[in-house]
Amino acid sequence: MGAFLIGVGAICGISTFLAVIIVVADSTIANYGDVKVTINDDKEVIVPGGRPLLASLMEQKIFIPSACGGKGSCGLCKLKVKSDIGDYLPTELPWMSEDEKKQNIRLSCQLKVKKDISIQIPEELFNVKEYLTEVVSLVDLTYDIKQVILRLIESAEITFRAGAYIQFEVPEYELTPEPVYRAYSMASQPSRKNEVELEIRLVPNGLCTTYVFEHLKAGDRVTINGPYGEFHLSDTDKDIVFIAGSSGMAPIKSILYDMLEKNIDRRARYFFGARAVRDLFLVDEMKELEKKFRNFKFIPALSEPLPEDNWMGETGLITEVLDRNLDSGDNIEAYLCGSPGMIDASIAVLTNKGVPEELIYYDKFA
Amino acid sequence: MTEGIAFYAIFFAAIFTNNILLTNYLGMCSFLAVSKEVKTAQGLGMAVIFVLAITSVLNWLAYHYILVPLNLTFLRFIVFIIIIAAFVQLIEMIIERISEKLYASLGIFLPLITVNCAILGVSLFMVIRNYTFVNSFFYGLGSGIGWALAIISMAGIREKMKKSRVPKGLAGAGMALIIAGIMALAFMGFSGMLNIT
Repeated sequence: MGAFLIGVGAICGISTFLAVIIVVADSTIANYGDVKVTINDDKEVIVPGGRPLLASLMEQKIFIPSACGGKGSCGLCKLKVKSDIGDYLPTELPWMSEDEKKQNIRLSCQLKVKKDISIQIPEELFNVKEYLTEVVSLVDLTYDIKQVILRLIESAEITFRAGAYIQFEVPEYELTPEPVYRAYSMASQPSRKNEVELEIRLVPNGLCTTYVFEHLKAGDRVTINGPYGEFHLSDTDKDIVFIAGSSGMAPIKSILYDMLEKNIDRRARYFFGARAVRDLFLVDEMKELEKKFRNFKFIPALSEPLPEDNWMGETGLITEVLDRNLDSGDNIEAYLCGSPGMIDASIAVLTNKGVPEELIYYDKFA
Repeated sequence: MTEGIAFYAIFFAAIFTNNILLTNYLGMCSFLAVSKEVKTAQGLGMAVIFVLAITSVLNWLAYHYILVPLNLTFLRFIVFIIIIAAFVQLIEMIIERISEKLYASLGIFLPLITVNCAILGVSLFMVIRNYTFVNSFFYGLGSGIGWALAIISMAGIREKMKKSRVPKGLAGAGMALIIAGIMALAFMGFSGMLNIT
């Protein structure tokens, strides 16, 4: 009994002693006081020092896009640092090209702010906000794609350009011990300021998609932040070729409805690739759009139509269908959204037809 | 205490004949995971040398001045681990404060080695072998240098091997283990020069 008590006492004593040292060190050695972050030479915010820049900015409601949540494994949270903050950390280097190093682009999740710092971020990120939303409806578009409509709470409004994406906050649940963020393109057009429509495809064991498919119900609260992205219709008169597969439908749908509302009447063709009829969705809406536009054509293409589909439309891989339907790349601008494989293959076909690479815009998702 | 062994014998034995990594296969996880580039291997190696040299001494003091008098030697595992973890945490904070450069090259590796079994292994061997205070320090230092030597050579080999054609099934960890085995055989060439166990 005595030995037992002495043992417990000794362990407690040693642990307490060490814990006190760590706590004291944390509040003295690791205490950097408040530091000033100057953003775009204009806005100044005061944050507690010693913490990662990404987290400090997030607390100030300035959201830098980041898919991994600050673990240094996605390489998205890059920004330009104008003051001298020392050399690159080994954890940043894998994400940096030579060009970015010359401009002093850094990974904000790895940088700890210890002294005043001046950074440059794209202006539109100021527009990025966090929104609390309520799930209005969840509709199965196909067996593996769900349409999710979120209404912004307290009649908040989101301002964005068609083609932008938001980040969906997945709260902690059985697959994740901490909140994670996943990016989804908005399928709603900018005039629907009060709500956000997403098209989410089930990824087996995906953290976010499993949550959406198995846990989310109408009436639930969801936190999103956004808008982000550079995938927008450019302001020219060129003919448009849209190419999408699966949930790549979302940003294209947003752009199409936006064009309709703004009376942009450019010639447009929309190639949508799927395996079989059971993978097609929103076909009626697209047919409806064909009637409303003077010069728009929706071309769904099936790569493996089933016998019972009685498919009369285009068949073959999206690249083959594109190759057959596009005579030349003159006066064409292309907008692509889908898997990396589909996008790379489509870019090859388009450049082959003579579409200049700088007129091919795409939004790749893995 | 084993008096007969000179500290320099222990020091050199820990580097060569009794290399903690290649003869005891301790510290294998970070050895395999962080040995892809010489530069990172150097950083980690330095961190291990530093932490091993200091923690062996700290744990020697804790063992002989706290655990032995209280008859609590059976608690050495948990006490050693607590001390190592707290010490590494503290050092990381200090390095981060005093030198940006040192933190970038050494500091970020510290959390990686808190749970490195070589660190605990050295403290336990030092107790089992009844080393004196001075011998423990040199044993820790030598083991650290031996570990660093092994991981840096490994990283050198793996850098060269990027260009060689490794059978698909063996690429990565499989090949690394085979190389580690061959390195261990090579180090066995030193055995017989010294013996400290």
